[in-house]
Amino acid sequence: MWNVAFAELRKLRRPTLFFGTMGAVVFFSALFSSLLFLLIDSPQGNSDRGRMVGREVLGLATGGVQGFSSVGGFLGIIALCVFAAQTAQEYTYGTLRNLLVRQPGRLRILLGKFIAMKLFALIMIVLSAIVSIGASVILAPGAKVSTDLWFGADGRHAIFTTFINVTVSVIGFGTIGMVLGLLLRSPINAISLGVLWLLIVENLLIAVKNSWEKWLPGAQLQAIASGGAPSGRSAGIEYSHALLVGGIYVAIGATIASFLFVRRDVAN
Amino acid sequence: MSNTAISVSDLSKKYGDQVAVSHATFEVPLGTICGFVGPNGSGKTTTMRMLLGLITPTGGTGEILGESIKHPEKYLPRVGAMIEGPAFYPALSGKENLNVLATLGGFSTDRVQGLLEQVGLGDRAKSKFKTYSLGMKQRLGIAAALLPNPKLLMLDEPTNGLDPEGIQEVRALLRSLANDGTSVFVSSHLLSELELISDYLVMLRKGEVVFTGKMSDLMLSQQPVIIAKGANENDLTLLLAIAQKAGHHATIRDRAVHVQGPAEWAFEFNRAAFNAGITLSQLTPQLPNLEETFFEMTGDK
Repeated sequence: MWNVAFAELRKLRRPTLFFGTMGAVVFFSALFSSLLFLLIDSPQGNSDRGRMVGREVLGLATGGVQGFSSVGGFLGIIALCVFAAQTAQEYTYGTLRNLLVRQPGRLRILLGKFIAMKLFALIMIVLSAIVSIGASVILAPGAKVSTDLWFGADGRHAIFTTFINVTVSVIGFGTIGMVLGLLLRSPINAISLGVLWLLIVENLLIAVKNSWEKWLPGAQLQAIASGGAPSGRSAGIEYSHALLVGGIYVAIGATIASFLFVRRDVAN
Repeated sequence: MSNTAISVSDLSKKYGDQVAVSHATFEVPLGTICGFVGPNGSGKTTTMRMLLGLITPTGGTGEILGESIKHPEKYLPRVGAMIEGPAFYPALSGKENLNVLATLGGFSTDRVQGLLEQVGLGDRAKSKFKTYSLGMKQRLGIAAALLPNPKLLMLDEPTNGLDPEGIQEVRALLRSLANDGTSVFVSSHLLSELELISDYLVMLRKGEVVFTGKMSDLMLSQQPVIIAKGANENDLTLLLAIAQKAGHHATIRDRAVHVQGPAEWAFEFNRAAFNAGITLSQLTPQLPNLEETFFEMTGDK
């Protein structure tokens, strides 16, 4: 399993993929956090979907991680794409047969790949946290937001819990990406379906009936990233509910995909 | 300890109603080069996939290096394989691709550069796989198969895309591996190549084994062929009729009549042709080569 993980890391560290992904993480983390402070007085709002996050909220102990928390869902989409592509490409390139000849334990292959991609996601999250919080610290004085509480005991706790929440959410999104990759066996199909569902279909369904928000997988994972607190479209989902429902989706998907992966003939 | 590299008995694979491999039974002795031949769709790749644990047989049993094919984890660390062409990550270099596989299999990456040089890719080790020619990709596939320093090497069409020099190099490589004790199980469409290097042969036709044994036994079991050409090409049909009337199996191939029969019959054939007013421009008794035997046994031409 560890050999698989190390082998997978060799693929994940290739410059185009690694720096391309991390570049996107840096850009969007800085953007999400910057807009919170730069548009603080804008009547159109300074957060996602025109929400207003005022100075009094940003001045709280949780103010420093508001941007980081907001970008969590976006990090999830990136993780979904990376996990889906890295899994499905083994089918499209025909490299799965090489992997299975060198490591016939199919669950070990899955677990090893998952560990490596989790590490990749963790690097993304740490980088995003540094950039988001860093941008917030730099821009707060200009927006007349107090940072006194950000790094006190409560502030550090907020950073820690947000980091955990974003990590759980991103790993959840990534797992869904991996499941799609295993089921569809094509990076383009897996990414298209995943992104289309999360960004368009779920939003349309929620627009049709708001209460469906509590039962859709993407909404649950986004709610986990924001700690169940009011943020974006997952305003009405409690953290424990999101954790339970999101966890069930991820567990069922992972079980079905793993079962098929272990049983299916590799004939391509 | 078993003295067979591969041993399968009644091995079968069905996809719904379609039979891909039917009750295949054969053995490949240790330390030999075994050619695996059959027309397209005869079940060669499916058999190799079953032997490598990639697909599950619907019936029968098999052993590789003394271990059941139900437990590929017990023998695959000693097996090198290239199935259905080389498959690698296009954005990684040849060396990085091999490093990935070496890490995966728990082999030292120190071997990688040496293997790349062994297959003639030493100077292109750092080029991306997507920039390789078909022949270079094939060489990389062979290098990957050699990574575990295998006791058994299974190669599916290893000479595809190689130029004549490359084919000769692969032939020499396989022979030297076999001399060092590695068993080689190789499928190829280039039957003349297999004839040159194989000690053993397994021949498939429509999923069934039609011959398994020593190459020399197969060739000796074949009747000699008398190849005859008339001075006038229009005489071929008449020559065919003369041979068939005499009770011999005969076909027209490559603008010549190929007659199965003892070499001594060539004299009578010549006289019968002369009596029929045909002047022969060629009359050659010879042992059939593998290609002719293959066509004869598989009915592929």
